[in-house]
Amino acid sequence: MKTYSSKLYLFVAILTSLLVSFFQDEINPYYFQIIIYIGINIILATSLNLINGFAGQFSLGHAGFMSLGAYTASLVSSTLHASSGNPVDILILPLALLLGGAVAALAGLLVGIPTLRLKGDYLAITTLGFGEIIRVVIQNLNFLGGARGFTGIPKLANFFWVFSVVSIVVFAISNLINSTYGKGFLAVRDDEIAAQAMGINTTKYKVIAFITGAFFAGIAGGLYAHFISYINPQQFSFIKSIEIVVMVIIGGMGSTVGVIIAAIVLTILPEALRGIAEYRMVIYSLMLVVIMISRPQGLFGKSFRLKELVAKFRRPPMSA
Amino acid sequence: MLRVQNLQVRYGAIAAVKGISLTIERGTIATLLGTNGAGKTTTLRTISGLIKAAGGTIHFGDRDITNKPCHEIVAMGIAQAPEGRMIFSNLTVKENLRMGAYLRKDRAEIQRDLDFAFSIFPRLKERMKQPGGTLSGGEQQMLAISRALMARPGLLMLDEPSLGIAPILVKTIFDKIVEINRELGMTILLVEQNAHLALQIAHYAYVIETGQMVIEGKASEIAKNEDVRKAYLGET
Ligand SMILES: Nc1ncnc2c1ncn2[C@@H]1O[C@H](COP(=O)(O)OP(=O)(O)OP(=O)(O)O)[C@@H](O)[C@H]1O
Ligand SMILES: [Mg+2]
Repeated sequence: MKTYSSKLYLFVAILTSLLVSFFQDEINPYYFQIIIYIGINIILATSLNLINGFAGQFSLGHAGFMSLGAYTASLVSSTLHASSGNPVDILILPLALLLGGAVAALAGLLVGIPTLRLKGDYLAITTLGFGEIIRVVIQNLNFLGGARGFTGIPKLANFFWVFSVVSIVVFAISNLINSTYGKGFLAVRDDEIAAQAMGINTTKYKVIAFITGAFFAGIAGGLYAHFISYINPQQFSFIKSIEIVVMVIIGGMGSTVGVIIAAIVLTILPEALRGIAEYRMVIYSLMLVVIMISRPQGLFGKSFRLKELVAKFRRPPMSA
Repeated sequence: MLRVQNLQVRYGAIAAVKGISLTIERGTIATLLGTNGAGKTTTLRTISGLIKAAGGTIHFGDRDITNKPCHEIVAMGIAQAPEGRMIFSNLTVKENLRMGAYLRKDRAEIQRDLDFAFSIFPRLKERMKQPGGTLSGGEQQMLAISRALMARPGLLMLDEPSLGIAPILVKTIFDKIVEINRELGMTILLVEQNAHLALQIAHYAYVIETGQMVIEGKASEIAKNEDVRKAYLGET
């Protein structure tokens, strides 16, 4: 019954995306761009949440997976778009996205396996290094445009594609997490040894988290490239990875709803604060510090209760 | 049912278990006693595949399970309530139990085992929807034992179920261990520091010290043994 109704939700969400896409030209282009970025960031943040929040692996390499997807998809569509007539155009984007996702997933596998022995800080540093290596390699590949960037990517991504993928990611991840199989992720995060003792193959779980997370990050990259039609390696630097990590942490590791809200807020916020755009990283860092001190589980993490929040503010300051 | 022969386990250069042999007969409770750092947990974890053996063999039934991966060993029928309980604190009591049956697919039977767990520990039923981390120490131990039972194992291993629990609750838990052994005919390996309690419910006992077997025998006889009484039962 439950899966039936959530499948219905998925169907309705995709249908709505399609309907909205017919009217997308009516939307103010500036707002429209922000809406698309929100969608892409939701995909990025919820997929990273699978790795960082659910599987408890601290990855800082999400922009690396994103760029692999972006470049692969752009290469595919630029090649096909130039050489084909209109009728098959509709298939170019999904194909490009899937291939981009596949390449990113493969990278996820390659990063996932050797990093399994690493924990916490070490894993974070290794994945950060991985993202930077990808960026530097792409910067030096001339057929991808090198540092100048990849231009002339067909503008194929629209509201429908972006929000269909958003719906699919959210659907897939929430269904996964509510299944016994998915609860295995939470078990591994809570207590790895106990999880092993229950017969859970913890290695498999971590690798699956990396592969799935990377796959969706790759697709997000592909959508991004086909929306702005120009990409360069700088767009996928570790700053982008950190942006996504901040969304996950602020939203509350392991809370899908929280992470979606954080992705929305943190996409709009920099736009609202355009005047002080240079201070974006400062604002992010400050937010992180404040939240880590006052609500380590994130705004919407476990044990989010309004009552608690109110109590917290009411509580008289402790004398030291 | 379980036969461990000349088991050796090392942590890097340190030998924690230096050639231990033990056998557990089907349907009995065997206890493995020893003071802090004797190598009890190490032995138990090696049997379950969490740690690799450096030497020796472990047979379960007629199968050699030495150094097999943990999930294969669980699938063959060895489950444990680990030392320190290791409850999944963010999963509910029911989800914790469900995790115990992770490798099983027989839904109806899983439900039946869930009912059995709730019948021996009614407190767990009351707290079914509560996160595991919010349970008291004693309740967590009940959950750890039930979670292991959910695998419907052939051999149940319990690592210091009395650890850090109020004496009254310990009594209840030990009564339940006996009940599980009698009702289900469950074979149990009970690791304990509390020799006094363990010897009361076990059929057979092994005593180890710094990774070596010092004495073994029927629990009733070990309980009478002068040396054991001095060393483990606090008598002078
Ligand atoms: N992960 C580890 N790394 C290194 N040495 C370890 C490790 N775990 C245990 N040891 C050592 O191995 C020896 C046996 O430890 P073990 O935990 O098996 O003892 P135990 O009999 O279970 O003790 P306790 O009753 O205190 O739980 C000890 O000397 C301990 O310090
Ligand atoms: Mg121990």
